[in-house]
Amino acid sequence: MKTVLILGASSEVALALANQLAAKSCELILAARNSDRLAAVKSDLAIRFGINVTLAEFDALRPDTHKNFYESLEPKPDTAICVFGYLGDHTKAMVDWQESATIVMSNYVGAVSILNVIANDFENRKEGMIVGISSVAGERGRQSNYVYGSAKAGFTAYLSGLRNRLFKSGVRVITVKPGFMKTRMLAGMKTSAFLTAQPERAAALIIRAMQRKKDVVYVLPVWKWIMLIIRNIPEFTFKKLKL
Amino acid sequence: MASDFITNWNNYPLAKSNVSSPVLAEDFSAQLSIGSPFIVRGNGRCYGDASLAPSVTSTLKFNRIIYFDDRKGIITCESGLLLTDILDVIMPRGWFLPVTPGTRFITVGGAVASDVHGKNHHKDGSFSQHVLSLKILTPKGDVIYCNASENSEYFWFTCGGMGLTGIILEVTFSLKKIETGYIRQVQIKSGGLDEVLDLFEQYGHYTYSVAWIDCLKTGSDFGRSILMLGEHATVPELNGARHAFPKKSSTLSVPFYFPSFVLNGLSVKAFNSVFYGKNYKKEMHSMATCESFFYPLDAILHWNRIYGKRGFVQYQFVIPKERGKEGVRNILNRISSKGWGSFLAVLKLFGTQQGPISFNMEGYTLALDIPINDKLFSFLDELDLMVKDYGGRIYLTKDARMKPEIFHSTYPNASNFVSFLNKVDPEKKIVSLLSRRLEIK
Repeated sequence: MKTVLILGASSEVALALANQLAAKSCELILAARNSDRLAAVKSDLAIRFGINVTLAEFDALRPDTHKNFYESLEPKPDTAICVFGYLGDHTKAMVDWQESATIVMSNYVGAVSILNVIANDFENRKEGMIVGISSVAGERGRQSNYVYGSAKAGFTAYLSGLRNRLFKSGVRVITVKPGFMKTRMLAGMKTSAFLTAQPERAAALIIRAMQRKKDVVYVLPVWKWIMLIIRNIPEFTFKKLKL
Repeated sequence: MASDFITNWNNYPLAKSNVSSPVLAEDFSAQLSIGSPFIVRGNGRCYGDASLAPSVTSTLKFNRIIYFDDRKGIITCESGLLLTDILDVIMPRGWFLPVTPGTRFITVGGAVASDVHGKNHHKDGSFSQHVLSLKILTPKGDVIYCNASENSEYFWFTCGGMGLTGIILEVTFSLKKIETGYIRQVQIKSGGLDEVLDLFEQYGHYTYSVAWIDCLKTGSDFGRSILMLGEHATVPELNGARHAFPKKSSTLSVPFYFPSFVLNGLSVKAFNSVFYGKNYKKEMHSMATCESFFYPLDAILHWNRIYGKRGFVQYQFVIPKERGKEGVRNILNRISSKGWGSFLAVLKLFGTQQGPISFNMEGYTLALDIPINDKLFSFLDELDLMVKDYGGRIYLTKDARMKPEIFHSTYPNASNFVSFLNKVDPEKKIVSLLSRRLEIK
């Protein structure tokens, strides 16, 4: 890891990743919407760690701009972490197509669009690492958030296929499946501390997975066992549950 | 938003609060536009209710360094940055904080809102005197810059304004040049209170001075104390024996709240005897790291837990110099006679002060911790009246219980402060338990 591209850099997990990667002397490209909001982050990392930080304008919801965005990056990254996502409002999404579309666009379509471009470049260079932050919500559709869950399920399947394709080129693909994280996304939700990762802890686990070259990693690890159970509940029982 | 019980360093009072933690400046604007009142909170190191409210906005995730000129010694940072994180960046490059309180675990925004003072107050004034510029999000939603010459009214009411004038977003301040991370320290043992009060003036040329008093001693030993003086050490003074900037030392932690019987007259006496006895000569010279000189208690994380779950009060007042000796003596006498147990009584002679609402004034300040008991608050009310009669006042940052009339009659600019706040925050969007208790807004 020398130059790391963080897509969706204004989220708290992304900022924690930026901090911890800067401490490991990685150069950073922070890509986000209205990236000038991150000017303070850029100066902070440069002053504390003496690294180069580039801010880049990136909008996950505009796939038509993704090719140009990537081509204009200089230097090119050797690691890309796809952090952006949109939880949305499920109750609204059930009745409002626009909300559903934004959830699907952000979590799936936008991710596929930018990672297609990056995957081709890494494959040509025969190096690199792609990290996708998916979600445990993608493991089984639940009535409370299946629009988000299905988009993340699509993203998880995409990452799995991409890993399979890029294996022979020496490009690693890591799927990260967070459970609850204590960020603005869950600001309104009361979650069990045992199941909830602080953004700094999540970032540390993601970086550890990158160093250990894992394929799939849960954040926190306890979610691996929870999801094992949830995946194995027979459908005739699952459909009656209030999840 | 999840609601939790939070409390400040003295564990009193306890407040049920919704806490949000903005990450970017825009999140603060969003918080303001919600319209329900809140107070901004840093690292919760004040001793009272200044940063408590039913709704609290924490700055701890708003903590970046925006600018650092290591030739001129000027730094700009977001308000949630801790002093300890600033020190990690500036000390290796030969700079120190212009003013630091006794803990480095406070935010720079808190340092401004409390207009903190340090051991060099008689020489360098309080923190606000070194601030070059503040960037503030006003309660009306405007972003303004202010300092002693531009928007100066806003600036001076923000320094020591307990976070009530708006949200401090960024602080630019000047640093102090140092050659080494060491302090050339002199400790002078003093038999009694009158002696130590005189020593302050005698040793006024030292940059740093503070005295620790054993306030349980009565009779001829009453007010026995140790005056601690310091100067930043130069490279030649280290004699090449040490690396100019030492590594940080490790910390201990108090892992749980002590039961309240642990701290009694006897255990405090024992502690103070050991502490006093350690200074076996009348005058001792030594080389101390900045860390151990400025932040002796930071070496024991969660030391506040020794006072038990019920919490404690840190009573800090200042009395003008003319009547300071008499005032300190009489008040300390009253406290000693109660024998309620204080590890620390810290005495310091302040220099002159500029800020209209800041606590500091030229005179003697005494601070001591007292564990909370049923009779404490009525006793402190009596002490307040004594402080008031001597023309002194109580430090808001350390206050959890003062009556509003004491505040309004001892802070000479209290009514100007209140009308300024009415002007800049007519909808009362920024409100704390302290501002309600003291009838400020």
